[in-house]
This record gives sequence, C-alpha cells and structure tokens, in this order.
Amino acid sequence: MKIKGIARKFPKDVDTDAIIPARYLNTQDEKELGKHCMEGIRPGFYDEINTGDIIMADTNFGCGSSREHAPIAIKGAGIKCVVAKSFARIFYRNCINIGLPVFECSKAFDESDEGDVISIDLENGVIYNETKNLSFEATPLPEFVRDIINAGGLTKFAKKFIK
Amino acid sequence: MGMTAAEKILAKHAGKKEVKAGDFVFANIDLVLGNDITSPVAFEQFKSLGAKEVFDKERIALVPDHFTPNKDLKSAANAKMVREFARQHQISNYFEVGRMGIEHVLLPEQGLVLPGELIVGSDSHTCTYGALGAFATGIGSTDAAVAMATGKAWFRVPETIKFIFKGDLQKWVSGKDLILAAIGKIGVDGALYQVMEFCGEVIEGLSMDSRFTMCNMAIEAGGKTAFIAPDDITLEYVSERAQRDYQIEISDKDAQYAETIEIDVSELEPLVACPPSPANVQPISKIDNIKIDQVVIGSCTNGRLEDLRIAAEILKGRKIHPNVRMLVFPGTQQIYREALKEGIIDIFVEAGAAFSTPTCGPCLGGHMGLLAEGERAVSTTNRNFVGRMGHPNSEVFLTNPALAAASGILGRIASPEEVE
Ligand code: SF4
Repeated sequence: MKIKGIARKFPKDVDTDAIIPARYLNTQDEKELGKHCMEGIRPGFYDEINTGDIIMADTNFGCGSSREHAPIAIKGAGIKCVVAKSFARIFYRNCINIGLPVFECSKAFDESDEGDVISIDLENGVIYNETKNLSFEATPLPEFVRDIINAGGLTKFAKKFIK
Repeated sequence: MGMTAAEKILAKHAGKKEVKAGDFVFANIDLVLGNDITSPVAFEQFKSLGAKEVFDKERIALVPDHFTPNKDLKSAANAKMVREFARQHQISNYFEVGRMGIEHVLLPEQGLVLPGELIVGSDSHTCTYGALGAFATGIGSTDAAVAMATGKAWFRVPETIKFIFKGDLQKWVSGKDLILAAIGKIGVDGALYQVMEFCGEVIEGLSMDSRFTMCNMAIEAGGKTAFIAPDDITLEYVSERAQRDYQIEISDKDAQYAETIEIDVSELEPLVACPPSPANVQPISKIDNIKIDQVVIGSCTNGRLEDLRIAAEILKGRKIHPNVRMLVFPGTQQIYREALKEGIIDIFVEAGAAFSTPTCGPCLGGHMGLLAEGERAVSTTNRNFVGRMGHPNSEVFLTNPALAAASGILGRIASPEEVE
C-alpha cells in the first residue's frame, strides 16, 4: 500500500506528554484524542494539518510513558505514518500493535523539510520525497513484526492463542 | 557462551534452552499489571479479541492509582470500568482506594512480583521490579489486553549494559542520585531497547528502597528494563512477602554485554535533574538560588518509607518556607501506616506540609497539585518534561528526598547542608 502526505517535522526526544498531555487521558476516543495531538509541543497542530500527513522526527520519538493514547492521538489526528531517526521502545511497539506504520530512517529526516510532499511504500519501506525528488530506504521491519502487521495487528495475531 | 539474566528469563518463559539478543520470542507472563488510565483501553481490545476469560485471575493486578480518588466524572467512569472488569473476571489482585497504593510500590510490597519472573505492565515504570531480579517491562494497552487474555507477550530479546558502581557514597547521596548520574552519562536514549544491569559494591550495600528507585528510572534512559542480581537483601525482602514460588536467575560470568560502564561515586554529590530532561543533571553545588513554589515528595520513584524518613529527619522541628507548598504522597497504605506509627506524618504536618493518601496525582500533572504558569517545583518523581506537572510554562527539578525537604525549608533548590 502507498500513502502520500505532507511532512510535519519534529525535533528529538518528543515525549508522550508532548504528544498527548496527561490531562486528556481520561478518554479513549480516537477522534477526541486526535484534536489534542502534539498540543504539548506544537499547539494548534490538529488544525494545521490534513488527513494523510506524515510525521518526520529526529531521534527517540515517543519517549516517556507507555500511554497507547499517544499513537492513538496521532492516528486520530489523521497522520498516516511516522518516520523517525529512532523511536522509544514502548511507543514503537504500541504503533505496531494498533496498526500505525512506523519507519526508522535517518536520511529521510535529515534531507526532508517541513511541508515537503512525501510518499511511502508501506510494503518495502521506500520513502520518496516528491518535492526534492529524493528516495530513501528505511530499515526494513523484522519478520516477526511483519507477521503481526500482516495479521492485521496484535489482537488478530493473538486470536489463535485464546482459550 | 553464557547468557545475561535477561536472556535467561526470556528463554525460560519462552520454553527455550537459549536465546540471544536480537531474537524474537512469544513468552509466557507471570503477572500482568494495569492501572486506571491504561486498562480501560486494554478492556476494549480484550473485547475485540473475542476473549471471554482472563488467562489466570490470580496473575493479573489492577491498580487504580493515577486519577484516584477520582478527579472528575470521566476518571470516575474509567475507575468503574476497572472495578467492574475485576469483579466480572474475579481478579484477586484488584486494589480499591483505601487499600490501593502506587502500583510500582504496591506490587513488590504485596509479594506479587518476584525474582526470575517475567512481568509486563501497561505502565512505563514497570521496570521498577528489576530491583528484585525480575524481567519487568512496560507495554501498551493492546499488549496488555493480549497478555490478560492469553498470558503471553512478544519480546525482542534485548542487549544488556552493565553499570558497575564503586567507591564510597557521600552523605545525602542516595539511589536517586546514582540513577540520575547514570542517565546523565548516557542520555535519555542511551539505553534504548536495552537492559540496564546495576552491580558493584555500591549496589550490594544499597537498601531495597533505594534499589527500587534506581530501577524505576531505567525508562528515563530509554531502557527496556533494569536488573539487579538478587542477593541476601533481596531475598530477605521477598521471603516474608512472596505469594508464589520463584527461581532466581543471574547473569553468567561469560555473558555478552553491549557495554560496561564504571561509575565511581566517591566524588558524587546529590544531583538535580533540571528541566526539561532527566538527563540534564547538575551537582547541587552548581545550582544557584533557584526559587521554588512547590515541593512534591512521593511517587513510585521516592514514595517509600526510607524516603519519607529522610525527608522527615530534615524537616523535624522546622517550618516550610512561607512561599512554598509541600505535598507528600506515600507509596502505599502500609507505608502510610508505618509513617503514622513512627510519627513521620506528624513531622510533615507540623512543618506545614499537606500529607495525602497514595495517588499518582501531581506526579503526572493529573490532579492534587498542578503547577500554574510560571511556577517551579522540586520533585522526587521521575520526569521533568515540559508540562509534566501542569502548565507548559511551569518547571520541574528532580531531586532525592533530602534535597526536596531542604528546598522546601529554604524556598529555593538547596542541600540539607544549608539548613541550619
Ligand atoms: S507515580 Fe508517577 S511515574 Fe509512578 S506510576 Fe504514578 S504517574 Fe507514573
């Protein structure tokens, strides 16, 4: 599957409190959480973006708490993929488990600017910057992780183990 | 070739003789933890999984500690969801307000997390139980739902970084300073996907309370978990509490480490982690007259009896600065009672502090003490991110309980040495 959207760039060490402040954690509603996405670091982000946009971040994106509300808020805001130099561990696995595609790619971050048009082939992790006519290859996802994604997320993957 | 303790625990729980860093395993879990923020999300996933029953009603712990006693209607509804799930599935380890404590203080105290076990919790500070020699790590709500339904979770076997602490500790230096020193050294992503194993003579002499504090903050360096090899101190703590049999695991002598880092503590002063990062550490002697509005003593990092005792020792017979509010949150009801018996609560109240029932409250800017715009706090908690304790333009400085108490008296970030 291919997706296409506008690059929204973020610095290193964006934590989950910045992605979704704790005061909004009393709801699980994807749309509601989406409205407050990135409020801790970029107030007004939700109104600024379009459905299909792509977050591009520096290192250690999603550090801090285990709140699944963080990737849910990103998904709820309409972001279709997160590309970062590196991810915090729990955030990374939460994305996989809820089916929000994530790719590690340093070059794509370094050589793309805010507002560039980006398309991504989710199958092979090839990231194409249409504005600059540059192509990048993300670290491919490990086979085990691909199995979970191909099954349609962790809940579907784990169904076979239910009594 | 030998294995690290982390590799051994994961191998055993995955039914394998051997695993190595980088392998993926789908392993059996000894205990799954959830709280009132993360569990409601997990319950929805649990339903969509089509699960009818939990895998084992004695191996799930539900602790409503974050927005409880309920801060508003939405959190009351969430806490109710947790309560109803616990009743419906007859979860034996559900802790109601009044019996509840902050999860990472409560579970070890109740003997629900043990050496050699594989624990997952939908809370990032689940790594705290590494202090007992368990492999314990934070997961998300979907992971938690699957773990509650199947008793299983997936893992990428992590590498381990070995930290050797040596030298003699100076007065007022505690577990908090040791972990801040480590985070300051390697940075907030210095242990990404890795285990931080703490050892050396300093660790061997450390109390359980201080060990919990250290392991609690491994996540602040990006760590998957922390680990301290069980010794006599661990076993003494565990033996009077354990609710199950357990088997300890320690790293082999020839285990492969990603890195070995030595930290000499002889010159180490108490540290202050300045906003907005736990890695932004400064020795207290370099901190110059920073005025404060609030002091928070408590949380899963420093809300144990030892922490309260140290703070009370400094506060005894003194008053909190007129411009400062001090909030004290014990980790559990048991700690609350001990503090009551020892006269510690009286010391806090006499000094002018507010003493609360256990809750996460202010630690995550949830309730019971948020910071207004432009305010500054000294806190014994674990995070000082932008807006962590309230307004985005408020600031949090992290310290050990001794510094927090001294700062409360002087109205600025200070060392106990400066208190007359
Ligand atoms: S005390 Fe703070 S860090 Fe600990 S579990 Fe509660 S909110 Fe999280």
